[in-house]
Amino acid sequence: MASTRSLILFLLIQFCFSLLPFSFAQSPATGSTEGYTIYGRVKIPSVGTKEYILPGKISNVKVILNGGQRVTFLRPDGYFSFHNVPAGTHLIEVAAIGYFFSPVRVDISARHHGKIQAALTENRRGLSEFVLEPLRDEQYYEVREPFSIMSVVKSPMGLMVGFMLIVVFLMPKLMENMDPEEMRRAQEEMRNQGVPSLASLLPGAARSN
Amino acid sequence: MAMAIRVFLLLLFFLSSTNIGYSLYEDQVGLMDWHQQYIGKVKHALFHTQKTGRKRVLVSTEENVVASLDLRHGEIFWRHVLGTNDVVDGLDIALGKYVITLSSDGSILRAWNLPDGQMVWETSLQGSKTSKSILYIPKNPKSDKDDLILVFGKGSLHAVSSIDGEVLWRKDFAGESIEVSHIIQSTDKIYVAGFVGSSKFYVYGLNADSGELLKNDHTILPCDTFGELLSVSGDKFVVLDKMRSKILTINIKNGEISYKQTLISDLIKESSGQAVILPSRLPELFALRIDSLVLTIKVTNEDDLVLVDKINNAAAVSDALSISEGQHAFAFIQHEGSNIHLFVKDVNDWNGDLLKESIIIDHQRGNIEKIFINNYVRTDRSYGFRALMVMEDHSLLLVQQGEIVWSREDGLASVVDVTTSELPVEKEGVSVATVEQNLFEWLKGHVLKLKGTLMIASPEDVVAIQAMRLRSSEKSKMTRDHNGFRKLLIVLTRAGKVFALHTGDGRVVWSILLHTLRKTEVCEHPVGLNIYQWQVPHHHALDENPSILVVGRCGPSLAAPAALSFIDAYTGKELNSLRLAHTIAQVIPLPYTDSTEQRLHLIIDIDQHAYLYPRTPEAIDILQREFSNVYWYSVEDDNGIVRGHALKTNCIHKIVDEYCFDFRDLWSIVFPSESEKIIATVTRKSNEVVHTQAKVMTDYDVMYKYVSNNILFVANAAPKATGEIGTATPEEAWLVIYIIDTVTGRILHRMTHHGCQGPVHAVFSENWVVYHYFNLRAHRYEMSVIEVYDQSRADNKDVWKFVLGKHNLTSPISSYYRPEVTTKSQSYFFTHSVKAIEVTLTSKGITSKQLLIGTIGDQVLALDKRFLDPRRTLNPSQAEKEEGIIPLTDSLPIIPQSYITHSLKVEGLRGIVTVPAKLESTSLVFAYGVDLFFTQIAPSRTYDSLTEDFSYALLLLTIVALVAAIFVTWVLSERKDLQEKWK
Repeated sequence: MASTRSLILFLLIQFCFSLLPFSFAQSPATGSTEGYTIYGRVKIPSVGTKEYILPGKISNVKVILNGGQRVTFLRPDGYFSFHNVPAGTHLIEVAAIGYFFSPVRVDISARHHGKIQAALTENRRGLSEFVLEPLRDEQYYEVREPFSIMSVVKSPMGLMVGFMLIVVFLMPKLMENMDPEEMRRAQEEMRNQGVPSLASLLPGAARSN
Repeated sequence: MAMAIRVFLLLLFFLSSTNIGYSLYEDQVGLMDWHQQYIGKVKHALFHTQKTGRKRVLVSTEENVVASLDLRHGEIFWRHVLGTNDVVDGLDIALGKYVITLSSDGSILRAWNLPDGQMVWETSLQGSKTSKSILYIPKNPKSDKDDLILVFGKGSLHAVSSIDGEVLWRKDFAGESIEVSHIIQSTDKIYVAGFVGSSKFYVYGLNADSGELLKNDHTILPCDTFGELLSVSGDKFVVLDKMRSKILTINIKNGEISYKQTLISDLIKESSGQAVILPSRLPELFALRIDSLVLTIKVTNEDDLVLVDKINNAAAVSDALSISEGQHAFAFIQHEGSNIHLFVKDVNDWNGDLLKESIIIDHQRGNIEKIFINNYVRTDRSYGFRALMVMEDHSLLLVQQGEIVWSREDGLASVVDVTTSELPVEKEGVSVATVEQNLFEWLKGHVLKLKGTLMIASPEDVVAIQAMRLRSSEKSKMTRDHNGFRKLLIVLTRAGKVFALHTGDGRVVWSILLHTLRKTEVCEHPVGLNIYQWQVPHHHALDENPSILVVGRCGPSLAAPAALSFIDAYTGKELNSLRLAHTIAQVIPLPYTDSTEQRLHLIIDIDQHAYLYPRTPEAIDILQREFSNVYWYSVEDDNGIVRGHALKTNCIHKIVDEYCFDFRDLWSIVFPSESEKIIATVTRKSNEVVHTQAKVMTDYDVMYKYVSNNILFVANAAPKATGEIGTATPEEAWLVIYIIDTVTGRILHRMTHHGCQGPVHAVFSENWVVYHYFNLRAHRYEMSVIEVYDQSRADNKDVWKFVLGKHNLTSPISSYYRPEVTTKSQSYFFTHSVKAIEVTLTSKGITSKQLLIGTIGDQVLALDKRFLDPRRTLNPSQAEKEEGIIPLTDSLPIIPQSYITHSLKVEGLRGIVTVPAKLESTSLVFAYGVDLFFTQIAPSRTYDSLTEDFSYALLLLTIVALVAAIFVTWVLSERKDLQEKWK
C-alpha cells in the first residue's frame, strides 16, 4: 500500500513537471448533433509490484456519467469515452470492486470548443491529465488476527482466568502485610457464622464485599 | 475489589466497542448471506459451439444484460449490465471472437471479447434522427477484406471495421425520410430496402467499399402495408397489406423491384382471423399466423406462394439454422396440455422430422415465447439438436434429447415488489434434525472451530469447519425458528409470477404464474403492481395459513381494469382471484383486521371511489366503527398537488354497492408549478416500532420525538433542474423540502437547499428523515437529516409535575390542535450516487439504526445513524462523547468493512427491503435488482445472543480448568489448615 501511495505521489510530481497542454475532449464531427466527447483512462495499480498493470478484473469496472445517465466500460488498456456529452458540468464515477475512486467533476466549456477541466470532488484536486486512479484499496473483510497469547488473554474468558489468578495468587500476598491478629479475629468471626471453609481461603475478598 | 471489577468492565467495554457496526470475516461469507445472479428475459441468443472447448450461448436480455452462459450447466461465464437506458437492439458474433452489441437506439456499438467478456472497443455512431436500428454482419465476406459490420441507426448506415471499431464510411438517409427495414449484401454491393410512408418501397444500392450511392429505385405498391417487412431470402421480401387479406411479395433482383400480390384466402379457404407474419427468418419460407394456426408458406423462384404446411397450436417458431451445405433446419413448438412437442424440420423436406420430442414442462412456467436452436453431431454422425426456450415467466430452459438439461429462473431479475411471510410453527411429529451427534463429535467440532479462531487450522480443517457451520446452522429448515431468521420472501416479478424464497439459502420454495397477470386477448399487457400481506394469522387464528394479496392491472395506464389474486403463503396455491370492475389508483392497507385476521384494504379508483376489501359484512362493521378515523393522501406529481382525503358516504350509484364509498378532499397543498415540481415523496413505514418517545440529551434535558404515522416528506425541485446532473446551473436549481401532516395538511417544516437538485432518495423513520441529493455548487452529493421534536411536551421534565399528575403525557394526541414542533437538521457530503436508501428495522425498535445505502456501484453500505446526527459538533464535550456523538466532519465516512454486500455486487440494484427478525438485535436485509442478495445484520452487534463463532469448547475448557483449580487449592488449603492445627 505504501509503495502505491508513493508511486501516486511520484506520478503527481511527474505530471507537474510535464505541464503539456493537454485536452481530453474532441469536438464533434461537423454536421452531427451538438456534444463533445470525454476521453479518459482508469489506472488501477496492481498490489505488490511497482508497475502499473491492469489486473484481469478490469472487465468488471464501470464508468458512470451523471449518476447513471450513461454507463460505459473499460477497454483493455483502461481507456473509456463518453460521446455526445453536452457542454456543462458533469460528474463521472468509477465503480470497481476493491477500490475507492473519487467522483470526478468534469467541466466542458462550450466557449473553448469543448475544453475539459477535471477535478476530484473528494479532495478538490485538479487533474492535469484525465487519468483516474483509486484513492485507496477497499478491504471488505475483517482480517483475522493470527494466534497470539495476547488475543487469548484479551478474550473475555482469558480475562476471567487472569482475574482468578490475580485473586488466588496476589490476594494472599496482600494479606501477608495484614496484621495477623486482625486476620485471626476475622477468621474466627467467619467460622462462627458457619461460612464454608472454602470461603476462608479468600478472606480479603469477603472483607472487601 | 471494586476497582478490579471496574477495570474488568472497562476492558470488556473496550473490547466490545472496538468494532462499530457491521463487519465480516472472509470465512463467514455465505453463512448468513446468499447471492443469486440472474440475467433477465432473453431477447437474443446466439450459440457458440463450433470450436472445441467450452460451449456457450451468448444472450442479451430485457434487463440490458449481455452475458455468456455455459451451455452445459447454464452458469454465467461473464455478464455485463449496461445502463438503464442502454437497451440492446442487436447481438452478433464477428470474426469468431468478438461479441458485437448494438444498443441505445443504434448509437453505441460495442465489441466484447468472447472468452472473458472484456470490452475490446466501443464506437459511438452519429446520426441526426431516431430510427429503427439494425445490426448486420455479413457472414461470408471475401477473405482479403476487413470483416465489415453494417449498422443502420440514427437514420444513417454505418460500415464499421470489426477489428477496431473504426467507422469506415457512413451514408446518411436522414434526408430521404426512408424507414429502412433491411440491409442486404451481395458480393460487393449493399442494398438498403425500406418504406417511405407505408406504400412507397425504396431500394438503394451502395458500394460496399466506399458507401457511394450507386443507384436507387422505388416503386409504389398498390396498397398500404401492415407490419414489418420480412426478408425471405437474399432479395425477396414479404409484407401484409393494410387490410391483412393479401400478401405482397417483393423481389429486388439486381436492384429492379417487382412485386406480386396473393390473397390469403387463395392459400387457405377457412381463414377468418387477423393474419400476422411471424418474424422468424427461414430460407425461401415464411410463417403466417392466423388465430391459432401457423401456415408455412414457400416463396418460389417465380415469387409464387405455395402453402407448405399448417401447424395447429404452434407456440413459437425458431429461426432457420444452417446445418450443412444447403440444408437448413428450423424448430417449432406445439402445446398439448402440459406436454410440449418440439419439432425440428428440414426447410426443404417437409415429409420427415429431423427431430420430434415431447417434453413435460412445469405449467407454472407458462407458454414458450421464444425458441433458439443449435445442432451438434452425434457419435453416429447424425445431427442432434438442442433448443433454448424462453418461457412466459422469463425463465430459460435448455432442452436436449427430450430432457431439460438446465433451467434458469431469470424472472427473478425483474422483481417488482417484495413482502415476507412467517414459516409454519414447528409442531410435534415434524421432524427436527435427524442426525443426533454424540458428545465426542460435538466436542471435536468445537475444537475445530477453536482452531479456526486461533488461526492454527489447516486448509482441510477450514473446509470441514465451513461444512459443519452450514450443516449445523439449520438455516434452511421449513419451520419457524426461535430467532425469527427463517422466513419466506415473497416476490412479485414483472412476468406476473410470484416466487417464495427461503431466507436461509434463497431457494425457491414455491412459485405460481398468476393467471390474472397472464397475457390474454382481453388483457394485452398485464402488469403486476404490488404485493401485500393479506392475512397474517397469529394467536387465535394459527390454524390458518397466511395469505398474500397481489394487485395487478391490465395495462400500464391507470384506466386499465384491475385484478386481485389471493395466494396461500405456505403452499403457493391461488385461493381466490377477482377481476375488478373498477380501476386501481392506490391501495391502502388499513390498520384493522377482522376475526380471521384478514387485513382490511381500501382500493381507491381513478373516479374518486374507495372500495373495501375483503367484501364481508364483518369488514363493513369494522370500517363503520372506524369510519371517521380513516385518512389518506394522494400525490399528483404532474400537477404538483398533494391532497388529503377522508371517507364520506356510500357510493351513489345505480347499483347499490355497500362496499363502495365516496370520499371527500379534506385539504390540498398546491405547489407553485413555476418554481417547484414534486420529485420524491416518502412516508414512514406503518409496521415500524418506536421504542422510546423521549430522547435524553447530554445535559439531562429531555426532548420528545414527534412520532406520527401520518407524516409525509415531499421533495420539490426547480422545474429547470429536474433533469440529469449537468443540465442545470447552480443558480437555477433549488430543492424545497416539506414535512407535512397528512391528516390536517399542515406543513410542519419547510426548508430550501439552494443550488441543489435531484434525484432525491429519502427514508423516513421514527422522527427523522434522511435524504440524498446533489449539491451543484460543491458538485458533490449530500445527505441531510431532519429530526422533528415535539415542543408541546417539552415542559414535562419536572419530576414534581409527574408526581402531582400535572403533566400532559396522557392527553391524547389530536390532529385538531396545532403541533408545536422544532426541527434539527444537518447536511453532510456523501461520495457516491445512490440508487436506493433504506433503514434497518428491528422488532422492538431498541437497537440503534443503520442506514442501508445502495450505491451506484451496486453495493449496499451500512451507515450508522449516529453519523447523521444533527447534534454532531466540531469539538464534542466529554459528556457528548460519552453519549456517542461523533466529532463533526464535512463528509460521511465510507468504511469498506461496512458494505453488507462485502465483495459482491447486486447488479442493477433497484431496491432494498428490511424486515425485523424476532431477535431484537438483528434485521434481515434483502436487496434486489438483476441479482438478489440477502443477509442478516446486527447494527449494534448481536448483544442478545452468542455469535456464530462463539467457542463453547473454550468456555468448557475454562470451566474445567477453574473447577480443577478450585479443587487443587481446596485440598492444599485443607492440608495447610491441618498443619496449622498440629502446630
